[in-house]
Amino acid sequence: MKNFKWLSPTLYILFLMLPIYWLVSMSFKTTNEILGSFTLWPQEFTLSNYITIFTDPTWYNGYFNSLTYVMVNTLFSVSVALPAAYAFSRYRFLGDKHLFFWLLTNRMAPPAVFALPFFQLYSAIGLFDTPVAVALAHCLFNIPLAVWILEGFMSGVPKELDETAYVDGYGFWHFFVKIFLPTIAAGIGVVMFFCFMFSWVELLLAKTLTSVAAKPIAATMTRTASTSGYELGLLAAAGTLTIIPGAFVIWFVRNHIAKGFALGRV
Amino acid sequence: MIEKTVNQKAWFLVAPVVAVVAFNALIPLMTVVNYSVQETFGNNVFFWEGVKWFEEILHSPRFHDALLRQMLFTGIILLIEVPLGVAVALTMPRRGPWVSVCLVLMALPLLIPWNVVGAMWNIFALPDIGLLGKMINGMGIDYNFTQQPVAAWFTTILMDVWHWTSLVVLLAYAGLCSIPEAYYQAARIDGASAWAVFRYIQLPKMKRVLTIAILLRFMDSFMIYTEPFVLTGGGPGNATTFLSIDLVKIALGQFDLGPAAAMSLIYFLIILLLSWIFYTLMMRNEAQ
Amino acid sequence: MAKITLEQIAHSYLRSPDTDDDWALKQLDLTWSDGGAYALLGPSGCGKTTLLNVISGLLRPSRGRVLFDDRDVTHIPSDRREIAQVFQFPVVYDTMSVFDNLAFPLRNRGVGEDRVRPRVIEIARMLDLEDMLYRRAAGLTADGKQKISLGRGLVRSDVNVIMFDEPLTVIDPHLKWELRSKLRELHQEVGATMIYVTHDQTEALTFADQVVVMHEGRVVQTGTPIELFEKPSHTFVGHFIGSPGMNMLPCDIRDGMPWFLDNPIEIASAVRGHQEASRLEIGVRPEFVRFGSTGVPVEIVKMADVGRYRVVDARHRGHSIKMVMPEDLDIPPENARVVFDPSKTQVYGDGWILT
Repeated sequence: MKNFKWLSPTLYILFLMLPIYWLVSMSFKTTNEILGSFTLWPQEFTLSNYITIFTDPTWYNGYFNSLTYVMVNTLFSVSVALPAAYAFSRYRFLGDKHLFFWLLTNRMAPPAVFALPFFQLYSAIGLFDTPVAVALAHCLFNIPLAVWILEGFMSGVPKELDETAYVDGYGFWHFFVKIFLPTIAAGIGVVMFFCFMFSWVELLLAKTLTSVAAKPIAATMTRTASTSGYELGLLAAAGTLTIIPGAFVIWFVRNHIAKGFALGRV
Repeated sequence: MIEKTVNQKAWFLVAPVVAVVAFNALIPLMTVVNYSVQETFGNNVFFWEGVKWFEEILHSPRFHDALLRQMLFTGIILLIEVPLGVAVALTMPRRGPWVSVCLVLMALPLLIPWNVVGAMWNIFALPDIGLLGKMINGMGIDYNFTQQPVAAWFTTILMDVWHWTSLVVLLAYAGLCSIPEAYYQAARIDGASAWAVFRYIQLPKMKRVLTIAILLRFMDSFMIYTEPFVLTGGGPGNATTFLSIDLVKIALGQFDLGPAAAMSLIYFLIILLLSWIFYTLMMRNEAQ
Repeated sequence: MAKITLEQIAHSYLRSPDTDDDWALKQLDLTWSDGGAYALLGPSGCGKTTLLNVISGLLRPSRGRVLFDDRDVTHIPSDRREIAQVFQFPVVYDTMSVFDNLAFPLRNRGVGEDRVRPRVIEIARMLDLEDMLYRRAAGLTADGKQKISLGRGLVRSDVNVIMFDEPLTVIDPHLKWELRSKLRELHQEVGATMIYVTHDQTEALTFADQVVVMHEGRVVQTGTPIELFEKPSHTFVGHFIGSPGMNMLPCDIRDGMPWFLDNPIEIASAVRGHQEASRLEIGVRPEFVRFGSTGVPVEIVKMADVGRYRVVDARHRGHSIKMVMPEDLDIPPENARVVFDPSKTQVYGDGWILT
């Protein structure tokens, strides 16, 4: 019995890999092969789908747009969430509990509810179709999440650390940047991972807030699919390319991911 | 638990967060509230309608159906994903080189953009060109998710299980890793069976993370939009039109701002209410 | 109840150990007689927990055999060895009541409910847990939880040995003493063999009839607390037990007599086997050094009052000799000399006793 324990995770991973394999294998097939015959792996191996993507600016600009707003969002969310999480973990102040709860309720707001008002709001302030708009909009759910996780990590740091530093003559910001942030570096890494993840995978708002100039890659993909009909190879190649940044990020945090989940209450 | 000191200046530290989130949440929410009580025929002319839209939505069969579908969907995926996630977490290696491999591969679906997930499952499940579609049809079962409601549900659920079970696995695994070795040793000495170890050690210790997992899965599956929209477009017919899909159809498709806004508010309140009920029930259970 | 014999036990956590350091337990033979109260004493990382896990069956030794009476249990899993173990951090089943916790080992073994009940109540009475039997175990204090851990071992009437792995680590200081006397009391009452692992000499010496001292994966001495104190068989025991530890002074042997620099030291028994040793030392406890008219001339560096005693730090040509003496004893103002009690003075070669 015990020797077959590996079977369950293996089968599960196999199940996870199958659709991904199909996507990747399709990206190396020609349109003729996809539509004409059913093959388990590419018979006429082709890179033409990838070449199209890397040479056509409407495609590759989509990548830059996506990466731009994801990174802006991640950095912005984490930097405003850090002092707030510190306040929640160290101090009591008027309305603190209600505020914390209110922040969390925003994580429960369906993006579909906000799609139209966001469109109007960001049009009104002239940010429509810029990466900044998407980055700001994603703060709606990423900042509450970041505050929540960071508060968990910070509560694990004994308060004596702060007190010792203040006695040693550190000012608040000096202490915060020089001493406190390094001690919760792992937590910051975990939070950045989650901000990256949720901003990267969200599309409803990203699509609503952009039209041409700042269109994210994944949105380019759907529109191409619907307008030019059956360019499935191209679609698969673009899809495959969107998996790569995620895989890259997971590889970096692989050793902290389980710990991060446990410590930081997500 | 840290002893907190009272300090009203802490408001300065949370002010940026409050400002950004309020900008993103309060202004749109006010817009929604504003629309929900008015009627418009375009050209920015609005008429006061009171609670008419709310009454209409709450009595409309279309909303009832969407809500019912939504609850059924959420119920089913919770019933599958939570036990499956726990089972996989229990059998995962606790140490060694395979841990990283498992974690990385399992986390992969979580980091794929949601419409790519939908598109990927579309080409995976299509009966003519998809591996899954071909396999099921090859077994002699007539399967075409673009035309059969049952097949569409099956595919949507399978996709969600594929997409999100790993979140439950990761959380449950984190909970399992935090159990000290001494508990397992004591249980062995006490002669506990594998089931008793699960029931009295592993399950209680996973309770907190599982609460979070269920809550997150509940909320996110209740808000699901992109993946089923790309996969089935809500069809065939309205078979997989969940609340968000219906809402976007009304708001952006038909541009019925009033009803859409009223529905948004009802929708949001349902999630808040159910989350709160979930949370208090599980916390009360904890306190006992 | 059983006598426990460890035959040529050795253990390494590595798959293919090469050097001596790779072995967490170097080869050892030990016998624990039935019904004894033992302590396993040593600093962290000396192999005591490893040894404990070998006995309890949580660890299979790389070499050697474990016998309970004459039965070879080396390959028998923990749950069928009929042992009980109390861990460093209290292990209770959080969701169960205290009663269910205590009943758990019995129920797992298929004991009928009609026999579980009286037994659990009896054990709860012994441990003073009666009035909280129906509370949730999770809500108890650390000492209450440790009592439950212990109780889960005691309820089984067939237990061969109860093992304690530093059980007082998380207990409040003022309750430690109480719980320790409770353990002694229970040992009298139940009569089971008990093995108590600790790095705290006070705990070991007050609990046990026999103390096993370990150092770097080896058993360096087994004996009563008095034997450990008066005649340590290894310099480690001399240092580790007693406060301050034993005085160790370099010496050489001339005509069968140990000399500390230019001072002949009188000892009661003869020195054997010193020819092979590369490093010879005289060992004498501070308690057995006193001032005299003859003996080793010293200058007094420091004095400290420790309760009813006085610790004197004396020097002879750079070598420190510590003395413990009653507070009211006078200290010679100058030209002080010290003598060692011959029957309590030993000679050690490369750390091991030679007298």
